Amino acid sequence: SGVISLLRPLLLDVAPNIQHTAALALGRLANYNDDLAEAVVKGDILPQLVCSLSEQNRFYKKAAAFVLRAVGKHSPQLAQAIVQCGALEMLVICLEDFDPGVKEAASWALGYIARHNEELSQAVVDAGAVPLLVLCIQEPEIALKRIAASTLSDISKHSPELAQTVVDAGAIAHLAQMILNPDAKLKCQVLSALSQIAKHSVDLAELVVEAEIFPVVLTCLKDSDDCVKKNGATLITEIAKHTPELSQLIVNAGGVAAVIDCIGSCRGTVRLPGIMMLGYVAVHSENLSMAVIVSKGIPPLCACLIEEHEDHIKAAAALALGHIGRHTPEHAAAVAVANVLPTLLAMYMDTHSSGDLQMKATLKNILQKCTYLPALEPLLHDAPPNIMKHIIGQFSKVLPHDSKARRLFVTTGGLKKVQEIKAEPGSLLQEYINTINNCYPEEIVR
Amino acid sequence: DKYCYVFRSADEDRKIEYKAAVKIQSWFRGCRVRAYLRYLNRMVVFIQKWWRGYRSRRYFRKMVETAYFIMKMNFYNEMAVRIQKRWRGYYVRKYIHNYHALKKYLEAVSVNNEIVRNELQEYAEMKENEKKRKDLEQKEKEKKYQARKMHYLLSTEQIAGVYNSPFRKSPDPMELLLRKSKPLSHRWQQICPRPPTFSMPQALPPIGRQKPQGPFRDTAEVLQQRYKPVEPTLQVAASINSLLEKAREEMKWEEWRNRIHDNEFLPFSSYHKNEKYNPSIHRSGKYGQETYGVKHFREVQPKKWVADKDFQTVLPSIVLFEKFGKTYSRAGQIV
Repeated sequence: SGVISLLRPLLLDVAPNIQHTAALALGRLANYNDDLAEAVVKGDILPQLVCSLSEQNRFYKKAAAFVLRAVGKHSPQLAQAIVQCGALEMLVICLEDFDPGVKEAASWALGYIARHNEELSQAVVDAGAVPLLVLCIQEPEIALKRIAASTLSDISKHSPELAQTVVDAGAIAHLAQMILNPDAKLKCQVLSALSQIAKHSVDLAELVVEAEIFPVVLTCLKDSDDCVKKNGATLITEIAKHTPELSQLIVNAGGVAAVIDCIGSCRGTVRLPGIMMLGYVAVHSENLSMAVIVSKGIPPLCACLIEEHEDHIKAAAALALGHIGRHTPEHAAAVAVANVLPTLLAMYMDTHSSGDLQMKATLKNILQKCTYLPALEPLLHDAPPNIMKHIIGQFSKVLPHDSKARRLFVTTGGLKKVQEIKAEPGSLLQEYINTINNCYPEEIVR
Repeated sequence: DKYCYVFRSADEDRKIEYKAAVKIQSWFRGCRVRAYLRYLNRMVVFIQKWWRGYRSRRYFRKMVETAYFIMKMNFYNEMAVRIQKRWRGYYVRKYIHNYHALKKYLEAVSVNNEIVRNELQEYAEMKENEKKRKDLEQKEKEKKYQARKMHYLLSTEQIAGVYNSPFRKSPDPMELLLRKSKPLSHRWQQICPRPPTFSMPQALPPIGRQKPQGPFRDTAEVLQQRYKPVEPTLQVAASINSLLEKAREEMKWEEWRNRIHDNEFLPFSSYHKNEKYNPSIHRSGKYGQETYGVKHFREVQPKKWVADKDFQTVLPSIVLFEKFGKTYSRAGQIV
């Protein structure tokens, strides 16, 4: 509305107070709503702000940076408009200012601009912001550290080259030191920055690990703040997912136990990165998944499956269990003993849930290796045909060799159930049924 | 006649004898030849016997050798199999799937996990304790502050205070707090939010009421010296822009005096309307550095050239300047 055109000449007023107040007003308007932010951009205010930023006092700079931040946070197009006006150079100059408030406002604005997509982050990096941000991190004020860390995290999350740039500026060492800081929000941002850096490639993850974060990050998992726990778990997940050696390192440092405790103590989406971490560790090799089983990882995962309401968490827990159970029969037996297979089956057949692909893959993986028959028996009664195929297959592999198991199978009514299954002749199912029937004398089969 | 019969019988006898002799001789010759043939046969058989024996002995020797060789090879194979069996078992068990090492590793992992869990538990407890202690201290501070503010509720000899009812056996803890606390005056409340001053390294020595014994100045003089008002110099006293301000003031008053026309001079209103925003040279390209000044230092306009090629530089390139821009890291983006 007309307010913006009224405010615009006030920006050029002689008295610095008026300029400052006008800028603040514009910033608050733009912050509230993105139509207003677009109006601010269209009203041609940004070039004037940018021009006058260089010679004004620090309150004006803070207010101007606030306006830029408020405009830039709504959408990528607005942020692009800001970049085109040449605001980035000015913001970078603000980053060199003495006053920590100015630096904070400037880095916040840069963070919001860089958050949207990769080109904008590249623009921010090209303006030379990264070394200055690393200097900002070393400043004593906690708010400044927090915001500089969040800006670095926004920059490095888009692509490996950007993350490499951030690493080249020497950010990792400072970020690693700041994990020890008691402030919860700072730890949250620092952990998210490190996890964004580590997620792109093996080398970056190794660099992050070399900064000696390991026993310290585990204390973050015990912090009382949920955000810190979630980001700590995310960091460990991003490191563990690249290679078996990194997962081995994490297991040796006792990370698995810490993550399992963390899963056990939290509720809701905070658990999700921890669950994914267990899945990634278990998928690399059977020794690692045995380590996960030994650290008592399965009961919390089962609890997650049963208690959580959201589908993606359940799907993640099911996937993790599948990865643990699919290596050898012992692993599958460990998973089956925890009585989790009926729950998985129920969830698979539940038509409301959306994670049924994962459930199916999990069930298939576990069942193909499972030789623990008492756990398989309850499944015989409820399973749909494609799962039944696997179950019967397992029975047909084990029963010819084990007489006690045969006896048990008959007494629990499994043989009767098998007879009731109708299968097409010539199909795999029929073959399995024939194998089972051949184990028993004719009278019993009748 | 007799001679004819004698000659005929002699002739026939002679023929008979001749035939007999021929027969005997042929038989004898036959015998001899047969004996000779038999002899030959025997010799040939002998030779063949000898030759065949030789051949078959040779063959037999060869068979024996091969059989021996095969036996040897089987034996060696057996032994090799035993060695390989042992070696493979050892190798697999030690390097590829070391069951005991795996078990030990898993036990070590669980032990380590226990340790980590304990440490984390301690850490969490420590944090909890700290938080609790902080809360407690906060509450104590608040209580003390309240007690100081409500000091007037203290009980006196005549009137028992609110917290010291006569029916109680011993006074309330609040009463005890009130007794302990100093009364809070409002002056403190105002002075408290004081701006932080630079603390003096040492306080000045106090000035007593009376002049101390000895060759000291009078108390009045000392007090005057200590509390002398500051006399700033002219430079400090005058403001920075004082000259400028004075000149401006003068000009303003002159203007006011001499002005005839009261309407303000308005600038040409259409002057500023068409002002376009001229971005600087840094802004006129895409964000990023302009190549002018870095990559090339001359503007080149091929349409204005007289001949069809650019003029050549005659000077040799300077080695130091060739290295410009080739920095190590990609953060500067000159490379």
